[in-house]
Amino acid sequence: MTGASRNSSRLNLMLVLVVIATIMAPSLLLAQETRTVSDRLWRTVSLQDYNTRIVLMGTCLLGISGGVVGTFMLLRKRSLVGDVVGHASLPGIGIAYLVMESMESGSGKSLPGLLTGAFICGLCGALCTLAIKRYTRIKDDAALAIVLSIFFGVGVALFTIVQRMSTGNAAGLHQFVFGKTSSLLANDVKLFAGLAVLVIVVTIFLFKEMTILSFDQEFAHVQGWPVLLLDSLLMGLIVLVTVIGLQSVGLLLVVALPVIPAAAARFWTDSLRTMSWISAGIGGVSAIAGVVLSATFPLLSTGPMIVLSGSLLFTISMLFGTQRGVLTRLRRLRLSRIRHGRLDLLRACYEHLEQKLPEGMMLHSDQMTDRMLTLNSLLSRRTWKPARVQSLLNRAIRDDLLLRKGEAGYQLTEEGATRAVRAARNHRMWELFLIRYAEIAPSHVDRDADMIEHVLSPDVLEELETALGQQYPHLRVPDSPHTI
Amino acid sequence: MSQSQLEQMRAEHPASSPLSIHDMTVAYQRKPVLWDIDYDAPAGKLVAIVGPNGAGKSTLIKAALDLVPRISGMVLMFGQQYSKQRQRIAYVPQRGSVDWDFPVSARQVVEMGLYRKIGWFRPVTKKYKQQALDALDRVGLVDYADRQISQLSGGQQQRVFLARALVQDADLYLMDEPFIGVDAATERAIVDLLRELRSAGKTALVVHHDLQTVREYFDEVMLLNMRIVAAGAVEDVFTEENLRATYGGKLALLEQVGHRMKLSEMGE
Repeated sequence: MTGASRNSSRLNLMLVLVVIATIMAPSLLLAQETRTVSDRLWRTVSLQDYNTRIVLMGTCLLGISGGVVGTFMLLRKRSLVGDVVGHASLPGIGIAYLVMESMESGSGKSLPGLLTGAFICGLCGALCTLAIKRYTRIKDDAALAIVLSIFFGVGVALFTIVQRMSTGNAAGLHQFVFGKTSSLLANDVKLFAGLAVLVIVVTIFLFKEMTILSFDQEFAHVQGWPVLLLDSLLMGLIVLVTVIGLQSVGLLLVVALPVIPAAAARFWTDSLRTMSWISAGIGGVSAIAGVVLSATFPLLSTGPMIVLSGSLLFTISMLFGTQRGVLTRLRRLRLSRIRHGRLDLLRACYEHLEQKLPEGMMLHSDQMTDRMLTLNSLLSRRTWKPARVQSLLNRAIRDDLLLRKGEAGYQLTEEGATRAVRAARNHRMWELFLIRYAEIAPSHVDRDADMIEHVLSPDVLEELETALGQQYPHLRVPDSPHTI
Repeated sequence: MSQSQLEQMRAEHPASSPLSIHDMTVAYQRKPVLWDIDYDAPAGKLVAIVGPNGAGKSTLIKAALDLVPRISGMVLMFGQQYSKQRQRIAYVPQRGSVDWDFPVSARQVVEMGLYRKIGWFRPVTKKYKQQALDALDRVGLVDYADRQISQLSGGQQQRVFLARALVQDADLYLMDEPFIGVDAATERAIVDLLRELRSAGKTALVVHHDLQTVREYFDEVMLLNMRIVAAGAVEDVFTEENLRATYGGKLALLEQVGHRMKLSEMGE
């Protein structure tokens, strides 16, 4: 082996090493990065930092209180008022800063003071919308838009003044616009947590009162409940939640704290109490998720993360909610289509068999189970497509209402025959009813109610049955297929 | 209301009347909708309030209950101010006045009639839940007690409202169009219920739109078109002449006056 060839093989080895190193380096770096991410995640979740612990607890309580109040905010149709309150609190912060600065220089950034200003101003904004709505002919949406923009405009103007006046000191006020959770101090969080607990407790104690206020205000008034006081109280709670949320979520997004969890919760239940629980849960969970995410990825700020977590839960609820979710509704629609299709098919079967009878003959169900039906004979009964009829037939066979006989023939089973008679009878009874009692025909009555007898009053039913017997003698009342 | 006014009104109206309205005028946005209403409801009777659309039928009830402000006039219930007699009055609002999508069950709506009795801060206990169920039973809806209210038919919703009034065990019932848009079974249930109330000595004022059933369902009638055209026993008052006066050309004249008043005020 020559020296040159030894050299070249050494070079080859080095090249291979370099290539391997080039491939490995980023993944090594990546591994390091992942380790810090998982490390940070672990530190957050295991509550190792005192600061994280405090922020998590405070935001979680905030989320829960938002969810609880949001339920009534949504039901009282005050969702947008929350947005107005958020925006209207801005001048309050500016004024509070100016007042505190003028009293004692350097004290302007005291959080309780700023929040008091925000609270008062937010409440003023909310009351202004109510007053405009009540005393002028301006409609709800316009009143909200007007108050929101005026207050926010004043706030922005004030902030400009504040910034020119004092050197850099006031810049911190901007965190209220977008929110900055990490700037929270333990004492602030304790204040927030206290307020959030207050909101939750008040709502729980006034649950019954808030319910009647939201459902039927006039009735509450007649009953002697102080409607104005209750309404102001609810408004106060909304403002309080908004103001607590300002620091962490920012005034632009703060309306999401109460509204999104409540709206999401409505998809899961028809009970107010359950809705409040779920709403509180969603509020709390999305707050925690937001804090954890932003602690894990420091580039992402907490407020938007809370809102995004909430939105994710909202989307899931909207799709999969067991009471009003989109998929649930679609499934119900499909079931009702199937039911209508089956009734149509059975009625067509009956009409076809009835047509073959000599005048005045009774049609017995054993006759019905004997006779053959074909796709074509059913097709001529209605204007429907062959494919649709075929699929209805197949389904009816699966449900044991029909039997397949030979290549293209079908026969009703006993169950099918009984149901066919009932379907035809109900349909004709309804037609009679609509013709005779059109002026009092109920618009809400379920037209395909299986048992017409349960919907109409006995004397009306008797009259209809007599008329039905004269017109269609073979449509006797069938034995009920199941106990009534 | 000052004491002397109260005394004066008590002198002019029978103390036995469940509802006395004295010289009441009501206006929306400056335009009067009710003029000089002076009325004493007879105790233990079923009274229909009848009149064309916009005659102020619902407003009459709402103004009596302080739900809309009165420009002038006074209202006494059982010889006293309304605020002192709340527990003896039950109100059945129009069905369309609430959001039926609200997440509560039929029983929970009926329980609202008991909230006042239950009092501040307290939860609804078993005893009250049972009372609500009993009231639902009286209107034939006990099987629907746990249904969310949007799943009820229009007639059933109306009956839930009636049950909410029944549960209060009041002496005077004010009902705003309970018969509108309901099915035959509900109409019958309401009529039976009204008769039951009457035999228990209660009074009911019912805003009613169907002239054909007035004679059958009611003892007394008030013909209303911005003012009271006639009021009294059905057989005396429910005449063709009075009906023509209620539904006929008079409306145009009153509307003109109201319109002129509005114009002159705006000119100021």
